[in-house]
Amino acid sequence: MTDTPKIELRNVTKRFGSKVVLDNLSLVVPKGKSLVVIGGSGTGKSVMLKCVLGILRPEKGEIFVDGENVLKMSTSEREQTLRKFGMLFQGAALFDSLPVWQNVAFGLIQGRKMKRKEAKDVAIAKLAKVGLGPEVGELYPAELSGGMQKRVGLARAIAADPEIIFFDEPTTGLDPIMADVINDLIIDSVKDLGATALSITHDMASARKIADEIAMIYKGRIIWAGPRSEIDSSGNDYVDQFIHGRATGPIKMDVLKP
Amino acid sequence: MNFFAIIGRVVLALLAEIGHLAVFTWASISHIFRPPFFWRLLGQQMMRIGYFSLPVVALTAFFTGGALALQIYYGGSTINSESIVATIVALGITRELGPVMAGLMVAGRVSAAIAAELGTMKVTEQIDALTTLSTNPYKYLVTPRIVAAVITLPLLVFIADILGVMGGFIISTASLSFNPGVYVQNTVNFLKADDVTSGLIKAGVFGFVIALMGCFQGFNSKGGAQGVGRATTNAVVTASILILASNYVMTSLLFAK
Repeated sequence: MTDTPKIELRNVTKRFGSKVVLDNLSLVVPKGKSLVVIGGSGTGKSVMLKCVLGILRPEKGEIFVDGENVLKMSTSEREQTLRKFGMLFQGAALFDSLPVWQNVAFGLIQGRKMKRKEAKDVAIAKLAKVGLGPEVGELYPAELSGGMQKRVGLARAIAADPEIIFFDEPTTGLDPIMADVINDLIIDSVKDLGATALSITHDMASARKIADEIAMIYKGRIIWAGPRSEIDSSGNDYVDQFIHGRATGPIKMDVLKP
Repeated sequence: MNFFAIIGRVVLALLAEIGHLAVFTWASISHIFRPPFFWRLLGQQMMRIGYFSLPVVALTAFFTGGALALQIYYGGSTINSESIVATIVALGITRELGPVMAGLMVAGRVSAAIAAELGTMKVTEQIDALTTLSTNPYKYLVTPRIVAAVITLPLLVFIADILGVMGGFIISTASLSFNPGVYVQNTVNFLKADDVTSGLIKAGVFGFVIALMGCFQGFNSKGGAQGVGRATTNAVVTASILILASNYVMTSLLFAK
């Protein structure tokens, strides 16, 4: 049973109108590993995560979580499976109508019917884990800086002790030091929970730090996958261009030259 | 050729939108009857949609009743039937103007607010975040708003009925020198329970339309601030049109002889 991957996508295709965003994409996330998918903007990274979560429905292909095809599940089975997940969104996506502690405790109170008082204690413990004091719990998300919002988002993602955590561009929009703080927190919280992590990013420093394995997505397909140690010797021109951030190479940007 | 292509594209887009709305409506209704229920949110929404709409609905009804009395008096006096003012004000307000005016005012206030709030939640991924926190966005966001609007709109319209008739009464007795006792007598004699209940049924339907269009446009907004603005406008426009159209249909059904 240990061989069953935690998450597996098989030949997943997703279109928006005539635009193919995921093109026969296949990807395996082994249990307990941290896989980082790198790729440029608009290559289908976020769409891939949303397909696994069931927010978007692919036209073709199969998606397995713990060996079960989530696309064939009933709504209630699906909701049950979603309890295994936690997600840190790119813009943190905190509920701005609720104070910070209720944001962190949201999945416990609404999703799991935990008592508010009990949930608040858990929320404060999780906030402490991401380096925020209990007084932050009483503030509203709009009163926080971007880095603090990300940390609250991380606390919310790990509040219900998920088996799988998704990180959508966890370091985008942060200064390099705060980005590294977030990277450390991600490593710690994934390790503490023994969780499986799937991240998407275009920040190579972050990818090198949090990944066990790296995969690169380009035009809706995985064009390279391997352990982190092999990323510099992939022998793949696309990967080389991306990790060194070169404007010239096989990947052409749609930029009009003046 | 090109001309037909344009027509085809418009018709297809319209049909797609209607299908989209039908699916959304069905999902919204089906979640109303399935647990879990969010009672706290329902209470909050009833305050926001119902209670805070009271002033605007009350003022609208009062002035509409007054203006109606004046117009009927001027019109009626040309054929010597001023005495009909009380009856027509009462019927006009309870059957048509109370529900429609209240519906349109609440559509402007509430549909816009719902679309803006949910639209912002959509573009900042807060709605997706609900899903990842084991909370169904329909149950958490849509159901409380629809149920609150369907409950509170009839209450608002009932108050609008009273104030509208009162507006007519005050104008008629104060500036048109009607006898207060006779005016009240005429109102009471001709007004039937059916007149009021038909208006309240309409109000319930309008409440559904108002909340549904706000939620639908909010859920489907995309593309940042501009998209949210567009969703807000669309919510008010579609809710208003649906109110007026469904009002006609309901009038023809409820009063069919």
